[in-house]
Amino acid sequence: MRIRAQVGMVMNLDKCIGCHTCSVTCKQVWTNRPGAEYMWFNDVETKPGVGYPKRWEDQEQWRGGWELDRKGKLRLKAGGRVKKLLSIFSNPDLPRIDDYYEPWTYDYAKLITAPLSEHDPVARAHSQLTGKVMDEIHWGPNWDDNLAGAPERIHQDPLTDGIQEQVRATYEQAFMFYLPRICEHCLNPSCVASCPSGAMYKREEDGIVLVDQAKCRGWRFCVSGCPYKKVYFNHLTGKAEKCTLCYPRIENGMPTICSETCVGRIRYIGLVLYDADRVEAAASTPDEHDLLDAQRDVFLDPEDPAVRRQAASDGIPDDWIEAARRSPVYALAHRYRVALPLHPEYRTLPMVWYVPPLSPIVNSLETDGYEADPDHVFPAIEAMRIPVDYLANLLAAGDGEVIRDVLRRLAAMRGHMRKREVLGEHDEAIAAAVGMSIEDVEDMYRLLAIAKYEDRYVIPKAHTELAGRLMEQQGTCGLDFAGGPGNCGAIGYDSQVDVEGFMLANEEPVELDIVQMLGEQRRRDAERGRVDGSA
Amino acid sequence: MNSGEILLWMILPYVAVTTFAVGHWWRYRNDQFAWTSRSTQLLDGSVLGWASPAFHYGALAAIGGHVIGVCIPPSVTSGVGITEGFYRWFAGIAGGLAGLVTLVGFVGLVYRRATSDRVRRSTTRLDYVTYLLLTVLILLGVAMTLFHTLATSSPHEYRETIGVWWRSLFYFDPNVAAAQGAPLIYQLHAIIAWAFWGFFPFSRLVHAWSIPLQYLGRPYILYRRRYAAAPTKSR
Repeated sequence: MRIRAQVGMVMNLDKCIGCHTCSVTCKQVWTNRPGAEYMWFNDVETKPGVGYPKRWEDQEQWRGGWELDRKGKLRLKAGGRVKKLLSIFSNPDLPRIDDYYEPWTYDYAKLITAPLSEHDPVARAHSQLTGKVMDEIHWGPNWDDNLAGAPERIHQDPLTDGIQEQVRATYEQAFMFYLPRICEHCLNPSCVASCPSGAMYKREEDGIVLVDQAKCRGWRFCVSGCPYKKVYFNHLTGKAEKCTLCYPRIENGMPTICSETCVGRIRYIGLVLYDADRVEAAASTPDEHDLLDAQRDVFLDPEDPAVRRQAASDGIPDDWIEAARRSPVYALAHRYRVALPLHPEYRTLPMVWYVPPLSPIVNSLETDGYEADPDHVFPAIEAMRIPVDYLANLLAAGDGEVIRDVLRRLAAMRGHMRKREVLGEHDEAIAAAVGMSIEDVEDMYRLLAIAKYEDRYVIPKAHTELAGRLMEQQGTCGLDFAGGPGNCGAIGYDSQVDVEGFMLANEEPVELDIVQMLGEQRRRDAERGRVDGSA
Repeated sequence: MNSGEILLWMILPYVAVTTFAVGHWWRYRNDQFAWTSRSTQLLDGSVLGWASPAFHYGALAAIGGHVIGVCIPPSVTSGVGITEGFYRWFAGIAGGLAGLVTLVGFVGLVYRRATSDRVRRSTTRLDYVTYLLLTVLILLGVAMTLFHTLATSSPHEYRETIGVWWRSLFYFDPNVAAAQGAPLIYQLHAIIAWAFWGFFPFSRLVHAWSIPLQYLGRPYILYRRRYAAAPTKSR
């Protein structure tokens, strides 16, 4: 057993209102640059919908992620190492920019420089790839937002394959929900495995998957190897870029910018301890329906003293182990079992999980005069406006029973709380019906419904004293540590610490003071809020 | 020997090799961020699908042919029993084929770059120089193979002329007379090739050194520590 810590995320789809604030703040922080215009490290898709890039979930077309070979051994779906090297001059599985969209801007200056005329001046769209005027824009970010164009397009969504009769685009029968997506920071990342240069890596300390901008040679296999299509190719720099999980913020104990600015407060960030030695075996689970449990088994219970001891001896700091005990991600994914991984069948063991949406069914029941009582809700889950089969294709490798189980738990939570708060009744039967204790149901309610800032984000700071030690070493010999080989006077005083970072070539180390200050401010605010009771 | 000849046949090769070596050293240390193939496949994949593999595989084969052609003296090949006639036809047909495949791929790539707005706009000035040099070198090379090795009754034995001069460079005793015994087209190809090598480290051609063979032997999932043990690399 080799224990590692992973920063994971859970998104509660019940509460996502599709406002795209996460996408916009992410874009302004990370991809507001030439060559990155088309990149959305965070995007919000309307489901059912074509997705971004179009039909990204169709792995028969894009060949991302892993599969099992005839002997049951894990291999990249796009082919092995030799095949990759032989097709390096033209990646057969690479999406084109048109599968995302052609980025454009407007000649805004026209609006104020146009001469006086009878009609209002118009800012025309200019392609950011060619600079030419685009007379007509055919596709763009969230082009099919809120089921726009659904009658023609809805069945281009790969998840509707085989369940077309359940997924209707007519107004009365339509259903939809939002799916915010970032990089999954997988335990078994196929992008890392696909990178021939070895430029992509997973950080040992927190599991964040990054691209080393100095090592990337632009071979593009990470882009096609990621089944979620969350690695992008910057066509100006010729390098791959991806969601960084806002690591400068995470290292300071702050949530990612998409989470911080989430209006619906749907996001949770916390640590999960896992056994790195069991990752490959879990990803090789023969039956796709067993992958969810296999991944849950890779997670380790931080309440188990043996796990804590082993974690400490594997070098995980004490405050991180404590944070893992309070992790909302572990609670939702493992303890309450209401969060599910996105497309577990890709075998990447993704670490951004989702609580499937229950609200539409409750809404439709309540308009019919029912209360959200499990007696009404459980049978109705079968008749939900969001077909269980559709959610199962998204979050459970097609296993509808998994989805029903989660929805029953969520319904039971609502039923229990309603009886307690509205009727003043104490009914143990509801929680028992879904195999949960009342304490667990009420804890889950606090986490999902009250959703306090400090409960949603339990992020221990990175141990920067290690970096501090490096700073002390600046200009000295790196071999002079205890037990080290000792003096190497040959190295001069100009020796410098090689600080890793985003866009690191020849850049100065990232100055984190501002981030740190903001973090303090945020914490003070939170504390004041707790005292005032107004948070 | 006049000064022009000394410049072309003695000084240029060494200047080019020095630029080549120092240029790579400098670029690798200072410009890792721009060390990339700078692929445009994302922008337009229509022609690239066949043209890029044709160009690259053809070029790799052609490079192999050059190594055999100018590095191995005829005495060695005849020593192991390869006759003059066999060598000529082998070099002509294999080399001609490699050159032809390279040329077809290259024409495809140039056509794509010229006709696709997106790709043309992403082309830098250095790219234009690269393309110009490659155009000249490939055309000359294919023409040499075609007219002086294959479709001729008196094939030119470049291994006795250009090859001798090339090898003499390594002994720091350039045999200029041998080079001047070659037809003009060979001389042009050789001189322009030196310019090409001198230019190489500053172009995006450097991605050629990054063929990721290490991928064959490494574990699939790579981990890194945020703070690696005692990095003392000086810049």
